[in-house]
Amino acid sequence: MTAEETRRIVLRALGQIAPEADLSTIDPRQDLREQFDLDSMDFLNFALALNEALGLDVPERDYPKMATLDGCLKYLEDRAAAKAAS
Amino acid sequence: MPDFLMPSLGADMETGTVVQWLVKPGDRVKRGDVVAVVDTKKAAIEVEIFAEGEIDRILVPVGQKVPVGTVLATVRGKEEPAVAAAGRLPPPAPAEIAAVPEIPPAGPARPLQPPAERRRVSPLARRIADKLAVDLATVTGTGPQGAITQADVERAAAARAAPTPTLEAPPPTAVERQAAMREAIAALMARSKREIPHYYLGQHIDVSKAARWLEEENLKRPITERLLFSILLLKAVALATHDVPEMNGFWLDGRFQRGSGVHLGVAISLRQGGLIAPAIHDTDRKTLDELMANLRDLVKRTRAGVLRSSEMSDPTITVTNLGDQGVETVYGVIYPPQVALVGFGRQLHRPWAEDGMLGSRPVIHATLAGDHRASDGHRGGLFLVAIERLLQEPSTL
Repeated sequence: MTAEETRRIVLRALGQIAPEADLSTIDPRQDLREQFDLDSMDFLNFALALNEALGLDVPERDYPKMATLDGCLKYLEDRAAAKAAS
Repeated sequence: MPDFLMPSLGADMETGTVVQWLVKPGDRVKRGDVVAVVDTKKAAIEVEIFAEGEIDRILVPVGQKVPVGTVLATVRGKEEPAVAAAGRLPPPAPAEIAAVPEIPPAGPARPLQPPAERRRVSPLARRIADKLAVDLATVTGTGPQGAITQADVERAAAARAAPTPTLEAPPPTAVERQAAMREAIAALMARSKREIPHYYLGQHIDVSKAARWLEEENLKRPITERLLFSILLLKAVALATHDVPEMNGFWLDGRFQRGSGVHLGVAISLRQGGLIAPAIHDTDRKTLDELMANLRDLVKRTRAGVLRSSEMSDPTITVTNLGDQGVETVYGVIYPPQVALVGFGRQLHRPWAEDGMLGSRPVIHATLAGDHRASDGHRGGLFLVAIERLLQEPSTL
């Protein structure tokens, strides 16, 4: 999976949670919860959408790593690399 | 003959419009069956019938706005014995509610819909279907659980050779619906503050045990069965009403009437602004997993604008959890005719003294807004203390 594909998947998941959001103007370094007014249910749904698309279980202790778009992409990249290495 | 009336789906509701009939004359119905979808200012509500028997005549067609209490259909058959007040609330006296603006009718009255299988249609999709004169029965839904979305309707319209639009009145736009929701909330909250003598109590609760217990629980579960912290809060509030039952019920006809069950209203904010607090039935009797499934389903349907009438009329006490948005303390406004509202703020790490030792603990500020006609501060205080006690034993929730 390329970085571009991962990014597309993450943005699609976000779009499902916040359908009215304009994702083209997303700030990759700003906290996602603040940017899109996500509550804990929204964030869980986001993690579930990623789980469904990527087959990846994101434990709660890893949530802080996914705070921003950049954070998400890096985290998912690292997880994919770890999976490939094992 | 038991009649099917336009129900009161909230203390602020004066009128409603049937947007879909799910039964026709001759159909047999039993208590709890959803027989119609009614558009209120806030959401499209699937209305359940209380009577049992056979539908006799449908009196109000789709698209016609009528006051609460209007007979929508007559039913032939035996009526269920009257249930406790919790199930049926009298419509509020018009003088108490601020006037609300007229909303244009949903569209020309159409002939009765044949009883299709119950399909979810978002209010936006429904309005666009009206505007483009698309028959929803012919549309394939691609939304969750086969729900019909705006895109589905537009695709169906585009697929037709010659569309035949003609409307007498345009359906309400998203902006109008927003404004109408704001009016409804304004009327209800103004009534609350006008009529209910509120008192307020607060309690800082150490939630370290609850948080730790939940973390361990969630590690044992796949992500699809993960529990949110708010579920613990909801269950604790529901169980605490067993200790202080005068927090659970209604102020009606000049006295407190106990709720027949504990149906927690959960305040859910809508992404485009606005607030609805539908009920989770029998919150005290459900497991945390059941509550989590209920809450997920409720949030999804609330945001899609499709709720059931019993969810709107049955809350016996409401909880508002603003912890996610980051605020520390909620001073709530009670939803009439309920008599209490519990607020929870954000988990903050705070210094905490226990057994002569100082440490840092996650603490939330729990507040109670109480109706002073129904209860006094002493009982309200016992209620908050009960919630605190329950949260120290999360495995019992």
